Amino acid sequence: MEDLDQFRLQVRAWLAANCPASQRQPMKTDDQYWGGRRGTFPSADAQLWFERMRDKGWTAPEWPTQYGGGGLSPQQARVLKEEMKSLHARTPLYGIGLWMLGPAVLEYGNEAQKQQHIRAIVNGESRWCQGYSEPGAGSDLASLQCKAEDMGDHFLVNGSKIWTTAADKCDWIFCLVRTDPHVKKQEGISFLLIDMDDPGVTTTPIALISGESEFCQTFFDNVKVPKENLVGELNKGWSVAKALLVHERKLMAEIGSESPRQVMQPNMAAREYLEFENGKIADATLRNALVEYDMLMQAVGLTHFRAFEEKAHGVRSAASMVMKYIGTEAEKTKSELLLAIMGSRGVGWEGEGKGFTSQEIDTLRLWAMSKALTIAGGSSEIQLNLIAQKVLELPQP
Amino acid sequence: MALVLNEEQRLLQDTARDFLAKHAPVAALRQLRDAHDTVGYDPQLWQQMAEMGWASIILPEAYGGLEFGFLGLGVVLEESGRTLTASPLFASAVVGASAVLLGGSEAQKQALLPAIAGGTLTLSLALEETQHHNPTYISTTAKIQGENFILSGSKFFVLDGHSADSLVVVARTGGTERSSAGLTLLLVDRNSEGLNCQRTVMADSRNAANIKFHNVVVPAENVLGAVNQGWAILEPVLDRGRVAIAAEMMGCALEAFDRTVAYLKTREQFGVRIGTFQALQHRAAHIQAEIELCRSVVLQALSTVDDAPHQLPPLASLAKARLNELVKLVTNEAVQMHGGIGVTDELEIGFFLKRARVAMQIFGDTGFHKDRYATLCGY
Repeated sequence: MEDLDQFRLQVRAWLAANCPASQRQPMKTDDQYWGGRRGTFPSADAQLWFERMRDKGWTAPEWPTQYGGGGLSPQQARVLKEEMKSLHARTPLYGIGLWMLGPAVLEYGNEAQKQQHIRAIVNGESRWCQGYSEPGAGSDLASLQCKAEDMGDHFLVNGSKIWTTAADKCDWIFCLVRTDPHVKKQEGISFLLIDMDDPGVTTTPIALISGESEFCQTFFDNVKVPKENLVGELNKGWSVAKALLVHERKLMAEIGSESPRQVMQPNMAAREYLEFENGKIADATLRNALVEYDMLMQAVGLTHFRAFEEKAHGVRSAASMVMKYIGTEAEKTKSELLLAIMGSRGVGWEGEGKGFTSQEIDTLRLWAMSKALTIAGGSSEIQLNLIAQKVLELPQP
Repeated sequence: MALVLNEEQRLLQDTARDFLAKHAPVAALRQLRDAHDTVGYDPQLWQQMAEMGWASIILPEAYGGLEFGFLGLGVVLEESGRTLTASPLFASAVVGASAVLLGGSEAQKQALLPAIAGGTLTLSLALEETQHHNPTYISTTAKIQGENFILSGSKFFVLDGHSADSLVVVARTGGTERSSAGLTLLLVDRNSEGLNCQRTVMADSRNAANIKFHNVVVPAENVLGAVNQGWAILEPVLDRGRVAIAAEMMGCALEAFDRTVAYLKTREQFGVRIGTFQALQHRAAHIQAEIELCRSVVLQALSTVDDAPHQLPPLASLAKARLNELVKLVTNEAVQMHGGIGVTDELEIGFFLKRARVAMQIFGDTGFHKDRYATLCGY
């Protein structure tokens, strides 16, 4: 514990000395740095901050130092996170490589794959997207059809993937592909890494209800993929996928507390948009909705912390299993609450400064995007299925 | 702050679970109910519980206590919530003991706490005067007359009021109506002249009373804390009570839910076990999620009493409000998922349903605590 306190003081001092003042300001979406061959820094300070963090290995604090990570223990990483938060230090590098692929490669990849990909992710040199869902394989992920045929010295990939985040800006995609069509659907799937620059890979953006197009459909037309890009064993990709989904769900569960965007908090919005009488919100219905939300979020925060503590103590519990469901539903609740609090100022679509502030428009766009949270990464209904099956051990039909 | 139980606390939990399952299962409550038992709990059982140290968990060693903290108390309360055990544990060993501990003079602590710890003295808090918890709505008056106070007024929903040896009465000695200023806590012997106690029979078959005070003479030395300053003691005592009852409600919810999930795994309809139906699976899974949130809240609230009591008010309200909602949801679903047998007196699920409704009223319903939490948040 004393060591941890010591570590905290060191981290605090280092952050204070190294985080540029501009990188302690609330950030907008286009202030984020996602790395990759096509990545550009939003500012010189962002680059400086990223490079300093990268050199410490703190873009991936818990990864092994031999691959460029920070080598911190979970407790130390938590301290770093807390100290960054209290300084309002921006996250220097975002990426699906950091959040999802990296942990999977560290667990299932071979040495060559770790050497090639982990350091590139830490250094922000490669940007990744996920190729799981297909137009015909959403919640029923295991029914995927995109196939990889064994051609002796390589795989030949044909098919398409949907909801590939920012695929048009990515360098690599990790895919679930069918390598054996003749066995039970979960047993004929492999986990493959594909270079987006390979001939035959194309992407088309998908326009969403939020007005944004952060997702693409990605097509594979006779794409040759080297054999060494297979992660884990042939036809054992489902285990890798499941492990990786755990990381995705953890990430989505924490979206409320860890959101990279500058989002209005409902209790702050209440002060701006609602009438108060004798120190209380005059509208009893909205006051009730707000207090329910604030209570929920305190409970959610405590449960994240409990899940962390339990893991550190080696205690088995269901807390982490329910957090994707709880966290994403809470995030939708928050968006609806913000709209209710803002009233007609909450439904502005565009035209910053013309009737609506940019923050008001952002809030509405985020509200639209929040609808995807309980669908992506295993819908709320899938989460409830999993809780019923894995935690409650209810009989399966 | 600890959100994970340590080895000692887990051991205490195992001991409590084994003991209560053996000596005080739900069947014991049914027996007390059907026998119209005048005390409403088993004094011998209470002595055994006291011998195991349960009446003294939160008390300092100097007064014969275990000094095991609220986190330790919480595991015993949770287990007693699973078995719906009727005992003075909450009213006396938590609420009464806290009032003396936080408000009593050294002499009062010396005189009362070891007896509470030993289970030989039981206390009860006489607070409520309306049908909704409202701790500053006090019309009961205590007027000074020479060396004594003269106490007059009526109290409702006094938990264990008919069986406790002494009452901690919240009375108005000053201030305006409904203000927290001018309240005074008085220790009143239950055999005092002018005290009329009517036991109430409630849905949960547990114990409470309505008590009238008509010019009851209370010696001035029986004041707990300072005259007119009772709120400074009462509020933290109530918060400790809220956290403690939340821990008991956690046990009530867990047991009702465990029994329901077990039923879903065995009951067959349409040729299959009903637990295979997604309509039931999703509702059960949602309850599991709510349970996880509530468990964190209760653990945090309990350890806040031990480690950072000045931060208690919002956490106590959070815990009571969320546990109110949890036990309501779980017990309703438990009855519904059991189907027809769920509404029979033969099945014990109904006892959980009824206990939940009474517990929801103790020291603040959901509306009370949402309002308090919002006020503490500044809106």
